[in-house]
Order: sequence, then C-alpha cells, then structure tokens
Amino acid sequence: MRLLNRSAGRLSRHRRGPIAGVLVLLCGLLLTGGLYAALAPAQADDDADNAALVQEGRELFLVGCAFCHGQNGEGVLTQGGSQYGPALTDVGEAAVDFQVGTGRMPMAQPGSQAPRKEVVYTEEEIAALAAYVGSLGTGPTIPDGELYDPETVPEDEWNEYVVRGGQIFLANCTACHNFEGSGGAMPRGGYAPKIRDVDPKHIYEAMLTGPQSMDTFSDGNIPPDDKKAVIAYLTTLNEAPSYSGFTFGGLGPVSEGIIAWLVGLGGLVGFAVWIAAHTTRSSKKKDEAAA
Amino acid sequence: MSVDVSKVASTNGSTPATPQGPKAAGAIANWADERLGLGTAMKKNLRKVFPDHWSFMLGEIALWSFVVLLLTGTFLTLWFDPSMTEVYYNGSYDPLRGVHMSSAMASTLDISFDVRGGLLVRQMHHWAAAIFVASMMIHLMRVYFTGAFRKPRELNWVIGCLLLLLGTIEGFTGYSLPDDLLSGTGVRAADGFMKASPVVGTYMSFFIFGGEFPGDSIIPRFYMAHILLLPALILALIAAHMLLLVYHKHTQWPGPGRTEENVVGYPMLPVYMAKAGGFFFIVFGVIALMGGLFSINAVWKYGPYDPSKVTAGSQPDWYMGWPDGLLRIIPAWETHIWGITLSWNVMLPILVAPPLFLMILIALPFLEAWITGDKREHHLLQRPRDVPTRTAIMVALMTFYGLSWAAGGNDIIAIKMHLSINQITYFMRAAVFIGPVIAFIIARRWCISLQRHSDEKLLHGFESGVLVRSPEGAYAEKHLPLPESQAYAITARDRDPVPETDEEIDAMGLPARQTRIRKIRAKLARLFFADNVQKPTAAELHDAQHHAEHELHELDSQIEAGPNRHGPTEGH
Repeated sequence: MRLLNRSAGRLSRHRRGPIAGVLVLLCGLLLTGGLYAALAPAQADDDADNAALVQEGRELFLVGCAFCHGQNGEGVLTQGGSQYGPALTDVGEAAVDFQVGTGRMPMAQPGSQAPRKEVVYTEEEIAALAAYVGSLGTGPTIPDGELYDPETVPEDEWNEYVVRGGQIFLANCTACHNFEGSGGAMPRGGYAPKIRDVDPKHIYEAMLTGPQSMDTFSDGNIPPDDKKAVIAYLTTLNEAPSYSGFTFGGLGPVSEGIIAWLVGLGGLVGFAVWIAAHTTRSSKKKDEAAA
Repeated sequence: MSVDVSKVASTNGSTPATPQGPKAAGAIANWADERLGLGTAMKKNLRKVFPDHWSFMLGEIALWSFVVLLLTGTFLTLWFDPSMTEVYYNGSYDPLRGVHMSSAMASTLDISFDVRGGLLVRQMHHWAAAIFVASMMIHLMRVYFTGAFRKPRELNWVIGCLLLLLGTIEGFTGYSLPDDLLSGTGVRAADGFMKASPVVGTYMSFFIFGGEFPGDSIIPRFYMAHILLLPALILALIAAHMLLLVYHKHTQWPGPGRTEENVVGYPMLPVYMAKAGGFFFIVFGVIALMGGLFSINAVWKYGPYDPSKVTAGSQPDWYMGWPDGLLRIIPAWETHIWGITLSWNVMLPILVAPPLFLMILIALPFLEAWITGDKREHHLLQRPRDVPTRTAIMVALMTFYGLSWAAGGNDIIAIKMHLSINQITYFMRAAVFIGPVIAFIIARRWCISLQRHSDEKLLHGFESGVLVRSPEGAYAEKHLPLPESQAYAITARDRDPVPETDEEIDAMGLPARQTRIRKIRAKLARLFFADNVQKPTAAELHDAQHHAEHELHELDSQIEAGPNRHGPTEGH
C-alpha cells in the first residue's frame, strides 16, 4: 500500500511537467482509436442487418402503406387540404408497432378512427415496417420488455404498484376510457377503445405515442415506472374475479338502468300477470274439477 | 286399506258432534280481540273487496320494493359511517389499500368486502331503489291511461306525483352517500346546478354544503335526509295514499254486474292477504336475485371522489337520466348582463324542465276535468282507446321523457352503435320537440281506429273462421256475435258529451270575461273529443243483434244442407 502510494506520489510530482499534457492526450487518442478498432467492425455488421431490414420494410411500406402515407412516408393531403394519411417522418418505431401490431393499420376504409381488428402482418414484417418508418426520422423506439412487462415487478412491491397505477389510471385515463377501461365516446364518431385484455406492450406504446385522438403521455409526464404501474393495475382488473356479479359491459349507470327496467320491473310485472291470472283456487286441477 | 280419519265424521248422528279444541291461531286472535277490540275494528276491512287485474298490482311493486329498501337500508346503517373524515383505506380490497379517502367511502368498501353479506345487501338496496322509482312510474301510467285519477281520486294522484318526486330525491341522496368518484361527480354537478340559479345560487350552494364545495358536511347532511327526513315523508305519504285507496275503494274494469256503486272482486282476507303477501316475497326474491347476480355501482372500481378525476360513463341513476339528457343536448346558451352570467344551458334543463314536468303531471286530472266539464264520480275504468286525446297526451309526454332519457346515454349509444355523439345530439335537439307531436298524432288516430274496431266487433260480431261459399262462388267469412260479457264491457262506456257551440255560449248572456273563458273551454273540449267514435245506439245494437240471429240461422241451415249444397242465398 505504501509502495503504491509512493509510486503515485512520484507520478503526481510530474503532473504539472511540460510533457504531461501531451502524454495524457496521447493516451486518450490511443484508447479511443483502440476501442474504435475493436468495436467498429461489429457495428458495421449491425448496420448491414439494419439496412436490410429497412429495405424489407420499405418494400412492404410501398405495397401496403404508401397509398395513404406517401411513397416516402411524407403523408398525403386530400383535395380539401385535410390529412388523407398523416406524415410518418417522426412517429417512431413504437407507433408502427402499436398501429400495425393491433391491426389498426392498414385501415380497411377511411373513417373517423381506425378500429382494432385482425393483425395482417407477421411479427417480422411489423419489425421491418417499424425499422423503415423509424429510419425516416426521430420518434420513440419499441420499448424493452422490462419497461412494460408487469411480470418484472418484484412480488413484494406488486400491491404498491397496483395502488399507484390505479390512481394514475383514474387521474389520466378514465375520463375517456371509462373507470374500468370499457371505453367511451369521443367527438365526431371517435371513441376511446376498450383497453381491457390488451397486450401490455401495446398499452405502453399507446401511452408513449398517443395514437389517433389520444394524448401522448411522454416519459416526462408519466415516467416509465408509472406506466408500468398502470399496466399492473389493468392486469389486476383483468385477473380479479367479478366480485359483484355480471357487469353488463362495465358501462356504469346506463346499463344498470336498462337491467333494472327490463329484468327487474319486466320480471315483476310478469309475476303480477301470473298472480292475477290465478284465482282463489290453489291448483288448476281443482279448478277443472269444479268446472 | 287405510282410512283417512280427517274425512270421517266425529259423530254417527245419534250423539252430538264433539267440538274440536281451539286452534292456536284462533286462541291468540281471541285473546287479542278480547283485550284490544280488534274484531270490531277489522271486521269491515278484513272482508273488504278488491277487484282483480294484473295492472292493479303495479303500485304494489312500489310498496314492496320500498319495504325491501327499509329492510336493507337498516342493515346498511349498522356499518356505514356518514362522515367526510379523511382516512387511509386499510381494508381487504388490495388495489385501494393505503389510498386517501373519506370515511364514508372506506366504510362503503368495508360493507362491500369485509361485512358478511354486505355487498349483497348493498346491491339489493340499490336495485330496489331503481325498481321502486320505476314501479311508481308505471303505476302512474296505468292510473292515467285507465282514467283512475278522475274524481274522487285527484288528490291521491297528487300524492302519487309527490311520492315520485320524493323517491327521486331519496334516490339521488342515496347515490351520493358512498362518496366515490361517480357520486362525487354527481354531487359536483348538483352544486353547479344550484349555483346556476340566478342571485341565490351561490348562497344556496354555500348553505347546503356548509361552505365552498365539497366542504365536510354534505355527506352527513345527505345521510340525515336519506335515512330520516325523506323516508319519514315517503312513509307518511304512502300511508295517506293507501288510506285514500281504502276510503275511495278500488276502481274496477266494467263488466256484467260491475257498476259505479259496487266493487266486484275478492275479499282482503284470505285472498289478497295471500296474493299481496305472496307478491312481497316475490318482489323480495327478484331483488335478492338481482343483488346476488348483477353488479350495480361497483364503487371499488370508481375509487374515492377526487375533484381532479372524472370517468367516462358518468351518469346519474336512471330516474335522473332525463334532465341529464336535456343538459347534454342543450346548446351553450348564456347571457352576460351587469357582470352576471345567466347559464340558460344549465337553468333550462335542470332548474326549469323537471319542476315544469312535475307541475304538468300534477295538473293533468284538473285540466281534463275542466276541459270536459266532467264533475261526476267515477269508479269504473276506461280503456285507453276510449279517451284518445288523454291517451295521446300521456304518450306524447312519455315520448319526450324517453327521448330526453336516451340523450342522457348519448355516449353509450355512440360507442355501442358506432355513431357520432355530435349527430346524436343534433338529432335529439329536434326530436325532443318533434317526437312528442308525431307520437301524439299517431297515438290518437290509433285509439280512434281501435274504437272503430270495437264498435265493428260489437255490431258485426267476431270473425268465426267459418268460410262460406255463395252460389255465385264468392267466399265470405261468417261473423258470430260477441259473448254477452265482452259486449257489455265494450258498451259500458259513456257516449262523449257534446261541447257547447259558440252561439250557445253567446246566447247565455254571460259577462264578457266569462264568455271568453267559456269559449276557450268549449274549443278545447271540441278538440278533446274531435273525431272520437261513439258507441252504437241501442237501436243500432238491436238491429245488429237481429241481423246476427238471422245470419246464424242461415249458417245453421247451410251446415245442415251439407257440403256443395246451398241454403237460401245471402242478402248482402
């Protein structure tokens, strides 16, 4: 230990010497060059892979997407000047993964909103499309599994996550998506879709990219850990038994009112008719016997 | 072979029958009678006769669901803590553990998750409330459509309308008690409604909330109203309603032997004791099944109220739905004068429309009596078709109500039917005005057609299903005369009075003002009775009967003649 200290001390004596700066610079350059030499070939391989993926994505894009979004994802305007298909230059890979991965894109027809439907591309194709659109500009990338996967929440922290996620959900999501994620109406035929039983990755990407009329919940707004908490809460809702019985779509008092009238009152009026149809005789047999 | 001893006489005729020892129930009744004089008091009422018809039992649904409300409500008071004291929830529903909320909300969660049977009873209470108000409404419609509100029952109609109002307020206060996100949003809206009243709005709101919303006294105050004040008023009015029912005696449908002076039916004991008593258990059972099987107001999903939060699908319970619907469709009308904002968009749908609707409802019997000039007592019911204008008025009111109601669920309609919420709103804005007019016209003409149909059945008989071929080869269906009882029921109604003409009124030489009022009344009466089909005269009926006998005779001879041979050729 003393020996080390002594040699360091000896070196330190030269730290303000005339050649010290040159030596440090030389060391830095050597290190940078060496690291580059060591790592650059590998990166070149990645680039080649990525370029191939982007090229594959571009080919798919030209067939399936370019009609509305333009040959280079620059967007297409209608004659009236509104968007036919918006520009995709800065939407990022996450947006593609969400829109195509949930079947919303490609759209079957123009409309106020792209509905969720059967997914038409394979996972590889979606990855290629995402890579191509991602190469067009900036935008969020596809999140890593550990960001959104509720399985990665430590077991002893699970309930804390669920409680926090529930409060974030009620503050930010229920206004449109309803208190149990059953969905709600938006102006002009739009709607906030039902968000129960949705893949956690897609929930995360939706918050990140704000598809269609939805707001974008950036990481500054809702940090990744809080996003995961919301997903944990929704997972709990999905897995919890229906404590109170049939929920009739979980739409609140409207469906409850319909049930009260149709089942409750309808049933009771039916019983009233039944009671009134029976006279003082206790059974039909006696009635017939008397007749 | 065994012998059924109960059917064997206990005497062979030579010795007197031995009296059986007193039955337990009889002994108790006798004991009570000797001390309380119950027998004399009950003698009349136990044998009181009520007519039998399913539609007379709709009010009973309301009565029994109210009893269920009292029973389940009492259970809930044992655990509910009507306090806005702020606590951290620490019960068994994990997703809310540690969340900051009021005691009211925390105790509601405890009732739902930690009290045995609590969730069942909470849901039964809520379903019973929904059914209570709904059954009052259909009872009201039955009474109106059949003319059971006419003299001497107008005041009972008014009491019924007040019960409907009280039931609605009672429902709203109960809906607000759990202090969850949904009900808190509702209370916030109610606060806004109060503040929309000009001049006194803010004072009213501060008075009721004990300061600025939400304060910490609204839940205890609603609780007091919900479990003490309003139930007491409702109970008192129900008692008055039923006493008047007994005093007036029940109305009945016309039929052979049924007149304005009698009541034909079964006695209270034992028939209605069994029927009504049994119906209570059915109502209880249906509500218990619903409470056990169907979710209502799952407060744990809403979470505690927090003014910064709101949820899609925030609706009131169904009976408050129609003013909410009007509120949703009214354009954003506001006036700014002298630094004051008059929010017509809140005032008209919430502060003006519901009281106005109630006033119209209460006024209906008096208005009709004034127009028709009918001051007689009525105990026989009318078929809805026989008073087309009255029926059409209620159908128009129902249409207005139904459309406003649907507008209250515009968001749910939009997502479930893939429509634009804006288009629904535009449609409803026009429909709430046009719809009732169309419904009025259709209902009125429909009634008149049915009147015509009744008369035809009376004069020409019903379709027998027997096809007869005339010698020329033409086919005709034979009609047979209606059974006596049906014919009686159809002819039991009065012919409509003939309204005075303007000339007649002028000839009376009344003061100018009275003449004017009388002319308005006559004009309304002419509109009221316009185009109605009157029942046939006795002569017409006699002719028709004679004709029917002839036809019947002819048919007999044709049948006797056998196939392919013809009796005398037909006259018409």
